Amino acid sequence: MKRTVGLIGRKLGMTTLFADDGTKVPVTVIQAGPCPVVQKKTVEKDGYSAVQVGFDQLPGHKLNKPQKGHQGKQDKGYFRILREFSLENTDEYEPGQELTTEIFKPGDRVRLTGTSKGKGFAGVMKRWNFAGSPSSHGHEKVHRKPGAIGQCAYPGKVFKGKKMPGQMGNKKVTYANAEVVAVRPADNVIIIKGQVPGPTNGIVVLRKKN
Amino acid sequence: MNILQKIEREQIRMDIPSFKAGDTVKVHVRIIEGEKERIQVFQGTVLRVKRGATNSTFVVRKISDGIGVERVFPLNSPYLERIEVISEGKVRQGRIFYLRKLKGKAARIKTKAYWDKKK
Repeated sequence: MKRTVGLIGRKLGMTTLFADDGTKVPVTVIQAGPCPVVQKKTVEKDGYSAVQVGFDQLPGHKLNKPQKGHQGKQDKGYFRILREFSLENTDEYEPGQELTTEIFKPGDRVRLTGTSKGKGFAGVMKRWNFAGSPSSHGHEKVHRKPGAIGQCAYPGKVFKGKKMPGQMGNKKVTYANAEVVAVRPADNVIIIKGQVPGPTNGIVVLRKKN
Repeated sequence: MNILQKIEREQIRMDIPSFKAGDTVKVHVRIIEGEKERIQVFQGTVLRVKRGATNSTFVVRKISDGIGVERVFPLNSPYLERIEVISEGKVRQGRIFYLRKLKGKAARIKTKAYWDKKK
């Protein structure tokens, strides 16, 4: 994957828009940026090159002293969320420079990263779409169970990666090829076609594809 | 007003007259065939109006050569040229799906009294 710059955003919710040919397009509205560059990481000093950007301003007293010292250097306010975009060439970015929605344009493809909605400890039917067992005809206490999970003396173990119950959701999810439908720089809003991982007000990272 | 509402409001058409289930409407739909564009008219009784922001739709039913035909239109679609309300019907329900089972004289809907006076 090419290392590119992007934006941090907040998912506002979903709606539909009408396309030019009259079809309805399901879209997600994301409040993205402006994200000021907080710090520039360099190979000489940090071992890798990246830009660190901030999003979601908050009053200074909510941060501790080291955080305030780190974020306060640029005099751009303090941020709840900091993310790094690893870049090969950081020359065009300076600390204090603001990244806005203008880096995207309609028709662009973006990589979208968010945290999916947590479903808790889920059984195999919900988590892996197992079929379960019939509700009657002699079936007792096995309606939603996984059934057998392996063979007998050979191999004598359960294979790694066996689909089992466990935590579902609340996990980092990336959509590789989301389409930008519209950009509204006045509102700092990006409109993405289709769904976006995570709940409303969840944090999403949008990265340019090329 | 939050941004989501603002975006939705831009999509909503203000020029559409208000109507509800039981009304008879004439829907002028723009149809594109290759290069040419023409307007098709669909006249019938409104079975229901599904309210939503940009998602609103309404169902129109008519009897075409003895066969019932229903069409669902998005209320805010840019492809609706215009909608004419021919008459307002006197019905008790918001969704008059019972009309599907009726035919002939039984499927008539009385118009509202004041509508007759207006004419």
